[in-house]
Amino acid sequence: MSVELDVFVGNTTIMDKEVYQLWLNGYTVNDAVKVRIEGGVMEECEASAEVLLSDTMDQYRTFQMCERLLHHPAKLANQLLFQIPPDRQAMLIERYYAFDDSFVREVLGKKLSKGTKKDLDDVSTKTGITLKSCRRQFDNFKRVFKVVEELKGPLVENIRQHFLLPDQLARDYAAIVFFANNRFETGKKKLQYLTFQDFAFCAGQLINNWTLGAVDNMMEDMDVDLDKEFLQDLKDLKILITDKDLLDQHKSRVNNETSHPLSLVCNALRGKTNVFNEMEANFKNLSRGLVNIAAKLINAKDVRDFFIDLVEKFIEPCRSDKWTSIDMNLYLTHYTNSAHILDTFKHHAVWTRYMGVIKSCILRMYHD
Amino acid sequence: MPGKLKAKIVAGRHLPVMDRASDLTDAFVEVKFGNTTFKTDVYPKSLNPQWNSEWFKFEVDDEDLQDEPLQITVLDHDTYSANDAIGKVYIDIDPLLCSEAATVISGWLPIYDTIHGIRGEINVLVKVDLFNDLNRFRQSSCGVKFFCTTSIPRCYRAVMVHGFVEELVVNEDPEYQWIDRIRTPRASNEARQRLIFLMSGELQRKIGLKVLEMGGNAVVGYLQCFDLEGESGLVVRAIGTACTLEKISTFPATATHPNNSSPSKDMKDSPQAAPSTLGCRSTHSSPVHSASSRLSQGFSVSVPTLLFAGMGSGGSAGKEAGPLKALLRQQTQSALEQREYPFFTLTAFPPGFLLHVGGVVSARSVKLLDRIHNPDEPETRDAWWEEIRQEIKSHAKALGCHAVVGYSESTSICEEVCILSASGTAAVLSSRFMQDGPLDTEHRLSRQPLCVFSTGSERVEGDMGSSASLGFEEVVSPGCGFCHIPYDELNIPFPAQLTYCYCCRRYKVPDVLFTTIDLPTEANVTGKGCLIQARLCRTKKKAQGEGNATAISSLLPFLEYELHTQLMNKLKLRGMNALFGLRIQISVGETMLLGLASATGVYLTALPSPGGIQIAGKTPSDITYEQHISTMQKKINDTIDKNKELYEINPPEVVEEIIGSPIPEPRQRSRLFRSHSESSDEVSELDLSHGKKDAFVLEIDDTDAVEDIHALLTDSPTPAGFYSCNTEIMPGIQNWTSAIQMFTSVRVFRLNANLTNQGLNKIFSDLCENLLKSLYFKLRSMVPCCLCHLNFTVAIPEDELIQVAVTAVAMSFDKEQPLENGKQSGEKTLIKAITENDEQLQFNLELNAETSSHNPLSSPKGLSEVGSHLSARASSLEKASPLPEGRSRSLRSNRSYSGSSVAVVKMTPLSFIPGAKIIKYLGIINMFFIRETSSLREEGGVSGFLHTFIAEVFAMVRAHVAALGGNAVVSYSMKECVFMENPNKNQAQCLINVSGDAVIFVRESELESTSVQTQSATTHTSNGGEGT
Repeated sequence: MSVELDVFVGNTTIMDKEVYQLWLNGYTVNDAVKVRIEGGVMEECEASAEVLLSDTMDQYRTFQMCERLLHHPAKLANQLLFQIPPDRQAMLIERYYAFDDSFVREVLGKKLSKGTKKDLDDVSTKTGITLKSCRRQFDNFKRVFKVVEELKGPLVENIRQHFLLPDQLARDYAAIVFFANNRFETGKKKLQYLTFQDFAFCAGQLINNWTLGAVDNMMEDMDVDLDKEFLQDLKDLKILITDKDLLDQHKSRVNNETSHPLSLVCNALRGKTNVFNEMEANFKNLSRGLVNIAAKLINAKDVRDFFIDLVEKFIEPCRSDKWTSIDMNLYLTHYTNSAHILDTFKHHAVWTRYMGVIKSCILRMYHD
Repeated sequence: MPGKLKAKIVAGRHLPVMDRASDLTDAFVEVKFGNTTFKTDVYPKSLNPQWNSEWFKFEVDDEDLQDEPLQITVLDHDTYSANDAIGKVYIDIDPLLCSEAATVISGWLPIYDTIHGIRGEINVLVKVDLFNDLNRFRQSSCGVKFFCTTSIPRCYRAVMVHGFVEELVVNEDPEYQWIDRIRTPRASNEARQRLIFLMSGELQRKIGLKVLEMGGNAVVGYLQCFDLEGESGLVVRAIGTACTLEKISTFPATATHPNNSSPSKDMKDSPQAAPSTLGCRSTHSSPVHSASSRLSQGFSVSVPTLLFAGMGSGGSAGKEAGPLKALLRQQTQSALEQREYPFFTLTAFPPGFLLHVGGVVSARSVKLLDRIHNPDEPETRDAWWEEIRQEIKSHAKALGCHAVVGYSESTSICEEVCILSASGTAAVLSSRFMQDGPLDTEHRLSRQPLCVFSTGSERVEGDMGSSASLGFEEVVSPGCGFCHIPYDELNIPFPAQLTYCYCCRRYKVPDVLFTTIDLPTEANVTGKGCLIQARLCRTKKKAQGEGNATAISSLLPFLEYELHTQLMNKLKLRGMNALFGLRIQISVGETMLLGLASATGVYLTALPSPGGIQIAGKTPSDITYEQHISTMQKKINDTIDKNKELYEINPPEVVEEIIGSPIPEPRQRSRLFRSHSESSDEVSELDLSHGKKDAFVLEIDDTDAVEDIHALLTDSPTPAGFYSCNTEIMPGIQNWTSAIQMFTSVRVFRLNANLTNQGLNKIFSDLCENLLKSLYFKLRSMVPCCLCHLNFTVAIPEDELIQVAVTAVAMSFDKEQPLENGKQSGEKTLIKAITENDEQLQFNLELNAETSSHNPLSSPKGLSEVGSHLSARASSLEKASPLPEGRSRSLRSNRSYSGSSVAVVKMTPLSFIPGAKIIKYLGIINMFFIRETSSLREEGGVSGFLHTFIAEVFAMVRAHVAALGGNAVVSYSMKECVFMENPNKNQAQCLINVSGDAVIFVRESELESTSVQTQSATTHTSNGGEGT
């Protein structure tokens, strides 16, 4: 005796959020039933395990049938097969495109290729996320990447319109696309302490300031590729470290600024003589680090190492000197500003554009 | 050339990729009607083609318009090989032929392929220009309205109810033709779909002709069924109730408002408006046919090909139909007879129509199928049904009733054996809506509209004038009148216990009442109702031909008897005394028979309180045995108490006064009038009157009783917050919210071989119980909620498989609203409120129309356009709505959520939508689809396959309704769901037939805002109305 066929179809498609999440998480029907039983839904509704199994299978089938549509969210709104209220549609899409931070950290900056997809079982074992869920998330990244690759206009806006995602999620996807396109290295051990949101923030900064889109907003790929001209110009900043005078001048100005007696914060900083002294001692190293990063960005390979460089060349030295973020903020502010008053330094626009991003990225990345 | 059909192909979207090389499609469209075909240009390399074709015009007879569907085929152009078909759309243009239904079909319709399912959508525009045909002998019946709804549709009033109409057409099933061996499954499926479309069209046309002949203009409770007889052919049959309907909003004011001011979309409505001011003019203008020529066709049964004349379910058939000549003689007069003892497919009636209810009458007959030799002369099948109807008629007569209401017919086929079933409720009707001769209609019609709904003094006058003979009915209170026995108490056809009515104390009522109709709205009910099901499974030996038919027909009476015992037990267990909407389905398989009886139990205040159930043991000496019995008894008593509490059954205590029942001792088992004389004997035989006076006795050591008790105790209660019924209204619940969820659920269960009857019963019962439990679980978010119109269909698709399909609607209600002061009174006020509301609307309308000529109100634009029709009213509402939408379908788009381009279409098996008012019926939806696959596993197995298919069917129904301009389907039902699988070959096939009424509804809250402004004026008018 067995149930051979068991279906339930509502005029309005019934979808249980909880089951949807279990499905998205890649649980098998049986595992999902177990989770639901533990969740106590049975006592709540006087149901039996059999009923729960039937319901779960049915929901799973519905989701599978919907999945095709979820790949093109715009279709969900004007398809005729399922009558789903708009708020439900939004929920379905949002959750389908949601991803696990621990998963995205594993693939962020990797090429969204078949090869990477093959390695997903390792990712799955490492993160504890089911392979099925990993695949969905990976395919989502790839799909979004493919679609926006060929579109003109602002990246975030394109993602939001094509995939009907809420603003925050669209921004996250923009970051993923941006990282995948530029192949930023994020997997190194030294970068492990950074969360996806840290990177997403940095990506936002880069997209808004360093891409073509920051200057011209009707170009193809404008938000995914860095502005080549700008990268070229960055080489000119080298003068800040190659010219001995300029370097010294810069150093003293930063020191003066930070030791200005009228600044309360500076007083506080000066109180910590230890930090202050270290800063003075390290100035050349730190400045050289930042400027070298800028100068090398013209090479695609060095772009990939952007984050690792930031950490190695700047964040780690500061951390070993026990700077606080306030110290860091103060230092970077003065470091940026004082370059403008250097007599022989001419590249103010490039410097601002560069340091604005660097500063906010470093501040964001400067934590444990 | 009385009609011109015009079609325009606008665009396509979401087309499938047909060219793998380019990932695109070169699509074009063929538009076919009858033998004429037009083609669009090829729109190259696109999945979203924009054809924007010219108008393709077909000049055709209206007969063809009724029979044929418009067939749209989307193809992929291929230069070198044959063009590939993407899919098809069949459009039933019938709704466009009726002046009061839809005017245009326009919208996105799914492109359907029987192998691949839905493959994109196509946007089409279809219109019909009809020229008036004055030919008296025409074969078409354009303009007759069809409704699946089994009550008078909400925006109409019944001027006259003419009675029963039936027709059947037969044909060879394309699937069984020789050509099927050489053609593709797709071609065969399409041939079948098309044939059934044609046959339904023809059937509808023929029924329409009968209606015109009777002087009616509409068919209500239209029930069309298919019998897939396999080798022997395909039968499409339909029954319905012919009526003369009148739109409620027709008022003299319309005459003063010529329709030239109404917007173009009302052009088709408007001509109808003027004549209808004089009541039902259409009755007279309809052509009168030479009755003899048509009538002869249906009844000329000359060759008695009944292989099993005696096998028809029973003795009474033998008595009446035995001498077949007598039957034939009777049939020649049947036109008259049908009026005298009319059948009505209606289940709900205008107030005052239903006088008394006798009880359920049913008849079954087992037939051996034989190839239909001449499709044009479907005599055999006609004769079969005639025979059964005669039997029903005589049963009703025996119950002292002249009519059968809530009438339906069904079949169950297994190989060459076919069980024909018919059932209904014997009743006495008021002659108010039924006139024999069409001659005095004018006289009556002038008054009739006033009689129907109004409660003023005029009504009594009207009645007295026309039907003085029925004077006694006037004094009966409507809340209990229908319970009063129609039969002579000294000559009861079955043992019964009569008491004086608990409401009026004047007339006698039975102790239990079984009916197939809906609970009358005016009925006095105590507490809430609930779904009651009796389920039974009986094994039978595999047999062939006559032997098989004999075996089945000898099993049938037992099956029915046991189903009734079960129903009675379960009814008593719930402390209730009446069943409504009783539907007994018997399904036949090779090795078993399935019986499923569903009904809604209620406590009718007029009927006596049911006695308990008492268990009696055979050997009372044994102590352990007695203990067993007493625990069982206690369990039962507890359950009854619990149920009484659950369903709020606490009738006022009354002193019992049982009046001398003519038959002193025996208990009455069931009100169902049995067709088998043997089985009635059994009733009294088994009815050993042990125990207390009014307790229902079950003997424990009787194996059947053990089974019954088991079944009683295993019926698990519905979870908190849920109620269920299989009728239109749930007694005791009125405050519905607008949240409704229609659903279909199908389960197929595989049995082990060699099961005993008990084992089978248990499995079948569990299957139904578990299905219900699953439904409750699925719909838990809607609590408090009631599953209404729960319609179970069982089938035995093959050996050892049981299929159960359920279609129902879950409706939420507000618990908060106080229900004190007796539920029934609350309900009555609600009903009254609705009728009053109707009247108010009419008055408003009249007032609006009158005042607008000299005193334009706040929105003169809207008012100047108020025609006679509610549809016109709707358009004024549209205008008044703040939305900038000006198109005719703005109602629909109002409803659609912003951001979504697909209009929401509600579906419900009920005839109404809670919290909303239906303002227009757009026509009947009757669709038939076949889906087949040879990659079953890839499509998710049988469940995946059927799930997709049902979802597709829903989608197509919704799309067609939306294209008609509607936003809901009411009285929706899935009449056929035939599923066949062959997992070894990775194949499956499914046929689904659905029907319903496409409607436009508006939320009552939206209506209110417009009626407020004329509220004060309304009271004036109604006062004035009383004075005159």
